Amino acid sequence: MDAIPYFIGKYNYWGCIFLFFLGMYAMISKTNLIKKIIGLNIFQTSIILFFISASFKHDATLPILMEEHKGAIDPVMYLNPLPHVLMLTAIVVAVATLGVALTLALKVYRIYGTLEEDEINHAIQSH
Amino acid sequence: MDPIMMEFSQHSPVLIVMAPFLLGMAAAAAGWANRKWAFPMAFLGLLSGLIAAIHMLIKTAKGEILVYHMAGWLPPFGIAYRIDTFSALILTAIMAVALINLVASRASAEKDFTEKAPAWYALYVFFVSGLAGMVATEDIFNLYVLLEIASLSAYALIGMGHNRAPFAALNYLLMGTIGASFYLMGVAYIYIATGSLNMTDIAVILQEMGPNPTITMAFALCMTGLLAKMAAFPVHGWLPNAYTFAPDATTNVMAALTTKVSIYIMIRLVLSLFPLSLAFDTGIIADAMVWLATIGIFAGAFMALAQKSFKRMLTYIVVVEVAYMVGGFWLGNRAGMTGAMLHILNDAAMTLCVFMAVANIRARRGADAFSDLKGLFQTMPFSMGALVISGLAIIGIPPTCGFFSKWYLISGGIEAGHWGFVIALLSASIINAILFFKVFEIAFFEVPAETFGQNSREHESDHHTHHGLPSLAMAEARISMLIPLIIMALTLLALGFMTGGIVNLFIDPAIPGQVL
Repeated sequence: MDAIPYFIGKYNYWGCIFLFFLGMYAMISKTNLIKKIIGLNIFQTSIILFFISASFKHDATLPILMEEHKGAIDPVMYLNPLPHVLMLTAIVVAVATLGVALTLALKVYRIYGTLEEDEINHAIQSH
Repeated sequence: MDPIMMEFSQHSPVLIVMAPFLLGMAAAAAGWANRKWAFPMAFLGLLSGLIAAIHMLIKTAKGEILVYHMAGWLPPFGIAYRIDTFSALILTAIMAVALINLVASRASAEKDFTEKAPAWYALYVFFVSGLAGMVATEDIFNLYVLLEIASLSAYALIGMGHNRAPFAALNYLLMGTIGASFYLMGVAYIYIATGSLNMTDIAVILQEMGPNPTITMAFALCMTGLLAKMAAFPVHGWLPNAYTFAPDATTNVMAALTTKVSIYIMIRLVLSLFPLSLAFDTGIIADAMVWLATIGIFAGAFMALAQKSFKRMLTYIVVVEVAYMVGGFWLGNRAGMTGAMLHILNDAAMTLCVFMAVANIRARRGADAFSDLKGLFQTMPFSMGALVISGLAIIGIPPTCGFFSKWYLISGGIEAGHWGFVIALLSASIINAILFFKVFEIAFFEVPAETFGQNSREHESDHHTHHGLPSLAMAEARISMLIPLIIMALTLLALGFMTGGIVNLFIDPAIPGQVL
C-alpha cells in the first residue's frame, strides 16, 4: 500500500479523527470544567464533520428539483441528503448537551465557588 | 373491540413513546398553570405507556412480531419500530417500574422540589419515554436520539439534587456523552459501509457482504460506547457518585432502568444487527468480555464491602449486577444468554425494590449510614421485610427471582467452561450475603442510642441475649411509599414463580436458533 495517498487522499477523515481525540483528551485531562465542556463540544463536532465529509461528492448538487433540469433526474448528480439531515438532529442534541453541561457547571460554581476540578475535590474531601 | 380502540391498538408501538412524551410536556405546562395537575399528567402518561406495553406483551406472546412504520414510510427509508417478545417484556418492565416509583415518590418529590416538582415530573416522564423508545426502535440513528433524550433528562434529574449532586451529574454527562458519541461514530461506520440505518435491513446487507474491517470497527465503537453507558467495570466511575447524590426518587428509577436498557441495546445489536459470527466465531471478543465481567464482579463486590453508607453500597452492587449480565451474555450459549436476558427483568425489579426500601429508611431517619440503621426491624417492620426479600433476591436465594437468573448464568458458565466467571458469580453471592446480613444484624440487634439516652447503655451490654431489647415504637414510612414497596417485594416472589413461563414465552423466541 502506498502510504502517501493513504494519508493525503483521506485528509478529511484524519482531520476528524484528530478532532475526535483532541476533544476526548480535553475532556479527560483538563481540570477546568469549562475547558472540559469545550472539549466535549469539539468531540461532538468531529463526528458531525465525519458524517458530512463522508457524504460529500464531487460535482454533485443539492437534491432539489430545479426548473432547468426539466425532468431529467440522474442520481449521480445529487448529494445524499440523509447524512445532512441526521447531523441536523445531532447538532440539536449537541446544543442541548452543551446547555445542560453549562447549567450544571453554573450550579457547581454556586456551591463550591470555583470551576477547578482539583479545588472542588479538595473542598469535598475537607468537608 | 370498538373502532376507536382498534385504531389506538394498531399504534401501540409508537404510543408507548409518544403518549408519555406528550403528557410529560403537559406536566411541565401544568407547572405554569396549576401545580397540582402535574402529577396526574405524569401518572396518565406512564399509565398509557403501561397499557400499550401490556397490550403488546399479549400480542407478541401469541407469536406476532409488531412492526410499525412511522408515517407509513417503509424501511429502509422510513423509521420503523419493531417489537418482539423480549422487547415487549422489557417495555412492560420499564413502564411498570417507572409507574410504581412515580406513585411511591410523589410525597418526597413534592417536598424536595416544591415549585420545581412539575419540572421533575416532566423530566422523569421524558427519561422513561426515551428508554422505551430505545427498546422499541429499529433505526440505529433514532436509537441514538432516544438515548440522548433519556440521558439528558437523566443528567438534569440527578442535577436537581443538593450538595455534590450537580458535580456528579456533570461527570456523568461527560462520561455519558463520550459513550453516546462512540456509539454515533459506530453508526457512521455502519452507514458508510451499508447505506442503511434499519437494523433488519443492515443485517441482510452484512450477511451478503461477508467479513469487512469497517464493520468490525463499527462493532468495536458501538460496544465501547454502550459499555460506558451501562457502567461496565473499567468505565463505571460515573455511576456510584451520580446515584448516591441524586435525590432518592430519581435514584430509584435510574438504578433500576438505565443500565438495564443499555444492556438490552447491546444484546439487540449483537443478536439482530451484527452478524453473530463477528461476535462469537473468533472467541477473542467474547472471551475478553467475559473476563472483563469477571474482574468487574470482583472489583464491584470488594468496593461495595468498603462502603459506609447503605445507598452508596447499593450503587456498587448495581455495578456488580451489570457485570453479571455482560458476562452471561458473552458466554455465547443459550443458557448464559437466557440468564442475562432474564436478569435484565429480575434486576430491574429487585434494584427498584431495594432502593425504594432505602428511600423509605432515608425518609424516616434522614440518613443511611450503617450506624443509623439500628433498631429498624422494630420501628419499620414492613419496609425491612421488603428489604429482606430484595436482599435475598440479590444474593440469589431460591423462592425469589434472583435465584433463577443466577442459576441460568452459572449453568451457562459451566457449559462454556468459563470457571473464572462461575467462581466470580458464586463469590459475589457470598459477598452480597455478607453485605446484607451486616445490615440486617445492625437493624435487628442494635438499639439506637439517641432515642433511649442513658437507659439503652445498660441494655447494650446484654443485647445479644435478646431479652435485653427494649421495644421501640413503630415509625413506618408513609402509606403511599409503603404500599408500592410491598407490591414490589411480592413481585420479586411472583417473578420467581413465573420464571418458566417467562423464559418459554418471551426470552426463548428472541434468541436466534443458531445459538445453542
